[in-house]
Amino acid sequence: MPWFKRTKKGIQTPTEEKKDVPKGLWYKSPTGKIVDSEELEKNFYVSPEDGYHVRIGSKEYFEILFDDNKFKELDKNLTSQDTLKFEDKKKYTDRLKEAQDKTGLKDAIRCAVGKSMGADLVVACMDFSFIGGSMGSVVGEKIARAADYSLKKKIPLLIISKSGGARMMEAALSLMQLAKTSVKLAQLSDAGIPYISLCTDPTTGGTTASFAMLGDINISEPGALIGFAGPRVVRDTTGKELPEGFQTAEFVLEHGFLDFITHRRDLKRKINLYLDLVLNRPLREKTA
Amino acid sequence: MEYLDFELPIKELQEQYTKACLIGEESDVDVSNTCKQIEKKLKETKKEIYKNLTPWQRVQLSRHPDRPYTMDYINAICGDSFLELHGDRNFKDDKAMVGGLGKIGDQSFMFVGQQKGYNTKTRQFRNFGMANPEGYRKALRLMKSAEKFKVPVVCFVDTPGAFPGLEAEERGQGEAIARNILEMTRLKVPIIVVIIGEGASGGALGIGVGDKVLMLENTWYSVISPESCSSILWRSWEFKEQAAEALKLTATDMKKLKLIDEIVKEPLGGAHSDREKTFTTIAGAIEKYYADLKMLSPTDLVKNRMKKYLEMGEFKG
Repeated sequence: MPWFKRTKKGIQTPTEEKKDVPKGLWYKSPTGKIVDSEELEKNFYVSPEDGYHVRIGSKEYFEILFDDNKFKELDKNLTSQDTLKFEDKKKYTDRLKEAQDKTGLKDAIRCAVGKSMGADLVVACMDFSFIGGSMGSVVGEKIARAADYSLKKKIPLLIISKSGGARMMEAALSLMQLAKTSVKLAQLSDAGIPYISLCTDPTTGGTTASFAMLGDINISEPGALIGFAGPRVVRDTTGKELPEGFQTAEFVLEHGFLDFITHRRDLKRKINLYLDLVLNRPLREKTA
Repeated sequence: MEYLDFELPIKELQEQYTKACLIGEESDVDVSNTCKQIEKKLKETKKEIYKNLTPWQRVQLSRHPDRPYTMDYINAICGDSFLELHGDRNFKDDKAMVGGLGKIGDQSFMFVGQQKGYNTKTRQFRNFGMANPEGYRKALRLMKSAEKFKVPVVCFVDTPGAFPGLEAEERGQGEAIARNILEMTRLKVPIIVVIIGEGASGGALGIGVGDKVLMLENTWYSVISPESCSSILWRSWEFKEQAAEALKLTATDMKKLKLIDEIVKEPLGGAHSDREKTFTTIAGAIEKYYADLKMLSPTDLVKNRMKKYLEMGEFKG
C-alpha cells in the first residue's frame, strides 16, 4: 500500500508557480557544490569547496583590487551610438537599452584609477553581463582613454578581459577597435609603462586577437576559457572531438601564452608584486 | 566563364549572341543587325546589373572562382622580379599566407597576402586562404625585415577568416594576430593594404593595418561573414542577405564610415572580367599612394597612422 497515491499523471505545476529558493541566497557551482552567497563574497567569489571561480564584473574586481574600494571612475558617461542603424531580429538600440536597464551599466567596460596596495593603478574591467562583454566603439574608446591616462600619469595599466569578442552590431567599427586599442598599447609599451592583461572567463574572439594577448604579462584565473575561435566553432570546423581542458587557462599556460594563473585571493598581491619587481622598486607589505 | 545567379540574364544574352554570330558565319543570312542589337542589349544589361549590385551580390562577386588572387596580382605586377620568401622561422611555412620581395618600376616592395586555391587540390593546399598562427608570424617577419631595409610593404587581403582549428588555438592564433596588429601600427615604413576579395574580421586585420587601405569595388570587409552573422543573430543560415545589408560591409559603406581610405574601381562585370585591366589599376594605385607616403618621415608616417586608427569609432558622451 503506497503512502501517497498520485491522482493526476505528469507534473502539473506551471513554471511560474514553482517554488524556488529566492535568488541570491545560495550559489551552485558547476560541480554541484552549494555555497552561501555571503560566504562566497568573503572568499573572493570563489567556491570554497571546489575552487570554482565565479564570473564577476567590474564592481567586484574593483572591490578586490582597490584599497578600501576607493577609486575614481574614468569616462563613465560614454555610451554607444547606433551609426549603422543595425537591426537583426531586434534593433541594436533596443538591445542596448535592455542591457542598460538590466545591468545598470552604460556599456561592457568600466575604467577606474585608484590605489592598490598603496600605489596608483589604472584598471579597465569588462562586464560580461552587458551584451556578452562585446567590444564595440565604447569599449575601444574607453580602453584607449584609460591607456592614455596611464601614459600621461605614468601609472601601470591592468585590463581585465571578459568578453565574447567584437560586437557584431557595430560591424567593422568594432573590428577597428582591435587596431585602435593596439595603437595605445604600442605607445604605452614604447614609454616603458607596464601593462598587465588579466584574461578571465571567458576571453575569446577579437579581445584575444588584440589587447588580451598583448600584456607585458598575460595572466589568468583557474579554469577560465581563453581562445580565438570559440570551442563550438573549432569543433564544427575540424570535425574532431576537442581534448579535455581545451582552451582552459591551464591549456593556454601550457602552450606558452600566459605567464601564470592565480587564485583570485592572491590576485592583488601578485599584480603588485610583479609591478614592484619589474619597476625595480621596494617590495610593499602585503596589505590586501 | 562561370556565372552567378544574378548574372544569368547576361549568360542568356551572351549565348544568343554567340549563336546569332554562328548562324551568320555558317549561312548567307545577314545577321549583323541582330548581332549588333544583341550586343547593345548585352551591354545595357551588364550595366544595369553591375550598377545596382546588392551587398550580398558583391559578397558573391568577391568569392567568384575566376577572381584573381594574391599571387596573380604579384606575378602580373612584378613579373620576373618577384622573389618568394618562406617560413616563420619558428614552426613552418604557411601556404595560406604568401610573401616576398618584388619591384614595381624601380621601387622594391615587400608583398604579403593570403592565397586561395584554384581547384579542390590547391584550395586544400592553401587551406582556403585561412592562415594559421605561423602565417601571421611569417607575415610579421617579412614586414619587420622590410622595415629594417626601409622597403615599403604592400598587403593583399583575401581571407574568409583566420583558421579556427585545434592546432591554431594551441599555437596562439589570437596572440599572433594581436601581435601583428600592434606591430603594424608602429612599423616605420609605408604600408599599403588592398582588400582584393574577402576581408573577414581579425584574420584580415592581422595583415590589414596600413597608411592607405584600399578596397576593390566588389569586395567586403567586416567583423564577421554575413553567413556566420546570420547564424548567430538570426539563429539560421537563411538571413545572409539581410546580414550583408546590416553589416555595411561594402567598399562604399566602409569609405563612408572612414574605416578605409579609397575605393578602387573594377572593370564592368568584376575584377575577373578583365584581369589585365585590374592588375594595371592596382599597380597604378600602389605607385600613386607610395609616391605620397614616401614624402613623409618615418615619425610622421607612424604618427598619422596611429591618429587615423585612434579616430575610428562612434560613441556618445
